[in-house]
Amino acid sequence: MQLSFNSDALRLVELRDGETGVLEKMDLPEDVTRRLMELGFLPGHTVTPAHTAPGGDARVFRVDGSEIALRRDTASRLWVRLDPAQSN
Amino acid sequence: MSDCCAPPAAPTVRAAREITIALVGPPNSGKSTLFNRLTGLRQKVANFPGVTVEHHTGRVRVGDADLLLVDLPGIYSLAPRSEDEQVTHDVLAGSMAGVHKPEAILLIMDCTNLGRHLVLAAPILSLGIPTLVILNMVDDLRRRDGEIDPLALAAQLGAPVALISAYTGEGVEQVSAFLEKVAAGKAARKAPVVQLPVLNDIPKCRAWAAQVGHHADYRPPAPPLWTRRLDGVFLHPVIGPLVFVAVVLGVFQTIFSGARPLMDGLQRLVTLSGNWLATVLPDSPLRSLLLEGVWSGVGSVVVFLPQILLLFLFIGVLEDSGYLARAALIADRTMSKFGLQGKSFIPLLSAYACAVPAIMATRTIENKRDRIATILIAPFMTCSARLPVYTLIIAAFIPNKPLLGPLLGGQAVAMLGLYVVGFLAALATARVLKSTILRSGHTPFMLEMPAYRWPTFKSIGLRLIDRSKIFLRRAGTVILTVAVVLWVLAHLPLTNGKAPAIADSLAGTVGRTIEPLIRPLGFNWKIGVGLVSSLAAREVIIGTLGTIYGMEGDAHSVSLQTALHGDLTTGGACALLIFFAFAMQCMSTMAVVRRETGGWKWPAVQFTYMSTLAYVCAFLVNQTVSRL
Ligand SMILES: Nc1nc2c(ncn2[C@@H]2O[C@H](COP(=O)(O)OP(=O)(O)OP(=O)(O)O)[C@@H](O)[C@H]2O)c(=O)[nH]1
Ligand SMILES: [Mg+2]
Repeated sequence: MQLSFNSDALRLVELRDGETGVLEKMDLPEDVTRRLMELGFLPGHTVTPAHTAPGGDARVFRVDGSEIALRRDTASRLWVRLDPAQSN
Repeated sequence: MSDCCAPPAAPTVRAAREITIALVGPPNSGKSTLFNRLTGLRQKVANFPGVTVEHHTGRVRVGDADLLLVDLPGIYSLAPRSEDEQVTHDVLAGSMAGVHKPEAILLIMDCTNLGRHLVLAAPILSLGIPTLVILNMVDDLRRRDGEIDPLALAAQLGAPVALISAYTGEGVEQVSAFLEKVAAGKAARKAPVVQLPVLNDIPKCRAWAAQVGHHADYRPPAPPLWTRRLDGVFLHPVIGPLVFVAVVLGVFQTIFSGARPLMDGLQRLVTLSGNWLATVLPDSPLRSLLLEGVWSGVGSVVVFLPQILLLFLFIGVLEDSGYLARAALIADRTMSKFGLQGKSFIPLLSAYACAVPAIMATRTIENKRDRIATILIAPFMTCSARLPVYTLIIAAFIPNKPLLGPLLGGQAVAMLGLYVVGFLAALATARVLKSTILRSGHTPFMLEMPAYRWPTFKSIGLRLIDRSKIFLRRAGTVILTVAVVLWVLAHLPLTNGKAPAIADSLAGTVGRTIEPLIRPLGFNWKIGVGLVSSLAAREVIIGTLGTIYGMEGDAHSVSLQTALHGDLTTGGACALLIFFAFAMQCMSTMAVVRRETGGWKWPAVQFTYMSTLAYVCAFLVNQTVSRL
């Protein structure tokens, strides 16, 4: 995982509508990382941003069959690699 | 079950042992729905994660055995992060007081998202307790064209699997069959065919779940199209907030004017039956007690039932449709400015019904200090007990000028204003708390958005029936008792066998003793008596005023509204509204705060703070308005 973590990586917040990322790494306290993994944010899984709260900060992400809302500050601690196969 | 209370002649089989069976599963997977179906009880079911926050037990009799089913809060794993998850953890570990360690488990998962939900199967199956794996929501799976082979899955897991819909009842007989086996002591555990993964390694568990699902021919259903379409509207940057505002205004207008005809009808019924009683009963103290105490007191509260039901109808639709989670998402930004997070918004919204369940619902908030802050501000939200008080005073004092044509009237706007005032007081208090005594590093906001579902007539209807029962029971107990006590106090002390004028009675004396204290707020001694009695519960003040005005003679020709209008200045009325918006007049809330925070410290802080705020603000309002 360390090796594949390269300059292509971007923060989850930087994904635009219609883009899909593959989760690489989470830079958060261990218990938070654990809960995020339980919610489906697992390295190697795809994450797609969906709706943003009106006027807002929190955003819904589609991951592993569910939709989970996260705030920007959390989403900026998740690193993804752009998934060209699924982004358009 | 203690032996000492068994009847002596009972046959030996009556000494049936009680078997505890736990319902475990991820949040919002349908545990409570299945629990209700199996036990015939009515635990709360709604479409967002974190509905159940404590354990509830229900009995099912299977053959000779008494099965004790335990409905539990949803969990994602066996590592609890919040109080509600801790409850499930404790029950499974056998360390919850009053609940035996479960002898069997019903593991309930949403089969429309099996890959992720199966992750929980690994730690649960490794507990070594006989487990039925229940794949719930098969109706939804089929509608969206998904597939699963339960027999193959059972072979993979080494545990029986039932494919059911707790909602339609399909397949539930398999659960009953499992319960019979448990009752007969024949539900043994088989070793799993696939080696269970290392439990602490979530990626490995997820990979295991994927593999198991694959061998069971799992085809995930198509994405929920309607949910995406609806979110396109409700979470749209422009349309979303507009819809939100329109819905809120519509709700207020409907609660205010839509309930009118029904309330007027009920009022007429109460008046007519009171008049009829007045003609048939002979003149006696009993007649006076019935008419002035019970009919004027309890009757004046009962007429508010339609309005309260309408409020609960809206809350029910909000909760059952899945919009509530979206509302929390929209509110998160505002909440974060005040030091809280979107998750606090869910308890706060349910506090519009009643602060007691709302304070229970804070158990889902992971951060202890955030949780305490939410508990402390929840009673500022306008609970349904304030609704009758507001309605009565507004109807008596605020002119109903149409503001937006017939769509929105002045009275509905006044009502909305009071709701906003309560909400703002809550937020401001949160801000103060979170930047002083309850400062904390923030816990990230993570909330799962459920798919939208149609609220069903049955579920909403049952809630309304339950709510009516609660409301009427309160009217028949608390409010009735207060009315009777008040009537007695208002007729004592007897002089020459005759009751005194009400102002000189014991009740009147109490009122007049505190009158100097409340005079600056614009309240006279009658309102004072009402305020004292409303310490039991807010809406009691209406019953009290009904009784007092009822006794002042001319009872049945003058409505409570008119009597109140003659008794308060406009300044006093506004002050009374503000007082009710801020004051903590609810014993049950204090009791639940004590229980949830583990001591009297926080309820005492809360009571002092809210009462002071209420007094000061009511004073300012009265002084300002009466000088206009
Ligand atoms: N379509 C469908 N909906 C279901 C089924 N079972 C439950 N639901 C719905 O799913 C939602 C959640 O149900 P609950 O029974 O409250 O779920 P829970 O597991 O108790 O949830 P928590 O207490 O929050 O952990 C409700 O809106 C139910 O009506 C089912 O078999 N099919
Ligand atoms: Mg539940």
